[in-house]
Amino acid sequence: MSEPMVKVHNVTKVYERGKQKIEVLHGLTLEIPKGDFVALMGPSGSGKTTLLNLIGGLDKPTSGEITVGGNRIDQLGSGQLANWRAHNVGFVFQFYNLMPVLTAEGNVELPLLLTRLSAAQRRKNVAVALEVVGLGDRAKHKPRELSGGQEQRVAIARALVSDPQLLVCDEPTGDLDRKTADEILGLLQVLNREHGKTIVIVTHDPKAAEFARRTLHLEKGQLLEQAA
Amino acid sequence: MTRTGFVVANLFRKRTRTILTLLSVIMAFLLFGLLQSVNTVFSSGADFVGATRLFVQARVSFTTPLPRSMVPKLEAIPGVARVAYQQWFGGVWQTNTPLIMFALDPQRYHDVYAEWKMPEAQWQAFEQTRTGLIVGRQLANQHGWKLGQKIPISSNIWPQKNGSKAWEFDLVGIFDGKDEDWQKRTNLAFIQQDYFDEANQFGLKGRTNFFILKLAPGADAQAVSKTVDAMFENSPDETKTQTEKDFNISFVKQIGDIGLIVRWILFAVFFTLLLVVGNTMAQSVRERIPELAVLKTLGFSDGSVFGFVLAEAFALVLAGGLIGLALASLAGAMVEKATGGQFLLRLDASVWLLGVLAIVLMSLAVGLLPGLRARRLEIVDALAGR
Ligand SMILES: Nc1ncnc2c1ncn2[C@@H]1O[C@H](COP(=O)(O)OP(=O)(O)OP(=O)(O)O)[C@@H](O)[C@H]1O
Ligand SMILES: [Mg+2]
Repeated sequence: MSEPMVKVHNVTKVYERGKQKIEVLHGLTLEIPKGDFVALMGPSGSGKTTLLNLIGGLDKPTSGEITVGGNRIDQLGSGQLANWRAHNVGFVFQFYNLMPVLTAEGNVELPLLLTRLSAAQRRKNVAVALEVVGLGDRAKHKPRELSGGQEQRVAIARALVSDPQLLVCDEPTGDLDRKTADEILGLLQVLNREHGKTIVIVTHDPKAAEFARRTLHLEKGQLLEQAA
Repeated sequence: MTRTGFVVANLFRKRTRTILTLLSVIMAFLLFGLLQSVNTVFSSGADFVGATRLFVQARVSFTTPLPRSMVPKLEAIPGVARVAYQQWFGGVWQTNTPLIMFALDPQRYHDVYAEWKMPEAQWQAFEQTRTGLIVGRQLANQHGWKLGQKIPISSNIWPQKNGSKAWEFDLVGIFDGKDEDWQKRTNLAFIQQDYFDEANQFGLKGRTNFFILKLAPGADAQAVSKTVDAMFENSPDETKTQTEKDFNISFVKQIGDIGLIVRWILFAVFFTLLLVVGNTMAQSVRERIPELAVLKTLGFSDGSVFGFVLAEAFALVLAGGLIGLALASLAGAMVEKATGGQFLLRLDASVWLLGVLAIVLMSLAVGLLPGLRARRLEIVDALAGR
């Protein structure tokens, strides 16, 4: 595959709880090529969310280097990092995390308020994103008028709308039934195959991992030898 | 959707709570507007700027008469152009309609008050008719009085020499005000001081309730006022000299320090408001920590998130504040109308300015802490519910 989308080099992450220090990641190194679809698995507490948050630029490593799309994001200040996230990465969470006061449309438009796009252009992009996730007809619905699967589709549309190259998803199907979960995973697969998005998902579900191109196993803050 | 739209949408997350909070802001600013305009009326004292007339009364109380022998002394003071005087008559129309009625020297009064508009012939008739009476347009209309009519008026303070409380006057003039403001005050009635002196039982001769000094153009009102009071200091008739406006409100001031009362009420009101709105804002931020974290995840900076919260506080207080002040204006106008202009409760520019200042300060006071909390929020902790 081509040059890496994500390069994690010798990264440690230490959380400090008062005097107590917990090292969650111990010198972890990892490469994810452009266009890859990686499932990150491992027992609870192994550091999956921690790693995903570092890759997505929500948090900074204690030491080591993280390069995403050619940017050393571990060296960015919090303001720069926020700006970088707005343009380079989309997030999907287990509990959707939509704004309850906004319609589906409004939720998807939210990230575009950080761009220079005109109102008309924003509306157009929102419509396209909702179409991609198959929710063109639910634009005016509030989150509580939608099913879990539909809410997650709105969240995916929100992650997509500013056209980032990288999507990070933390247990995106953790709260959904099998059938809905498979639909969501199928959608991610389409985004990976047809739209060329690089995708990293964290999951506990081995069936979910089957939708990915490859699976990485994390245990006690270290990657196990990966099966190709 | 815009950022503003998002702020407004968030305000209505809990509709009932927002509306109740909004109502308390409206009530507070309504009170603020009314009390502050009362305060402006009463605290604008000692403002000699633009004063064209000064009122001289006995220092103890304006009910204590002063000797009219003061007139030449007053008129000799530099800056005083002309002196008039007024004696309270306590007139009552029919059985129980009190009139605002004074005995005065027609010529002098005419010279001092150019604001009253009445044909010269009527002024002359007033001077030449011992039992003459002139009344303002409002009063004449109210009772249907016509020129030339004999008007029976009783006085519960001043009986005639024959012991009768019933007086009778000839209506020789009806005056108007020079503009709308003065027109509103044409509920006054005036009779001749000479006739009053002769006819009243107590022979209260040579005295009057207060003097009105017409200032010469360019005269220093404050200096004249000081000169007058210094002149009669330590005499049996010590004086208190003030502007027309202060004189008009001095009787209300006797109730107490209006300004202080108003300030305390407003302090209590705004303190309560601070707690109510502050609590609403704090609660509204507390219950959507994860949402605020998502905003940051999407790339909104700490400053933007702080701005969203502050904007919410500002929008709430601004909407409530402006509605409250507008209602106060309306209520003030209604009071003014209901009292025939006797009680001017206007929200002038200074009240509005102070209101806007209060809105800004209140928004900051209630928005700052929740805003800073939102700003400090660490994404990963907030998302994990830590
Ligand atoms: N902010 C923090 N402060 C202290 N400890 C933390 C913090 N975040 C994570 N941890 C700890 O780090 C370890 C790894 O957490 P992480 O959330 O990455 O695990 P995970 O693999 O995602 O688990 P799960 O499958 O349950 O989501 C856990 O022991 C957790 O308690
Ligand atoms: Mg996790």
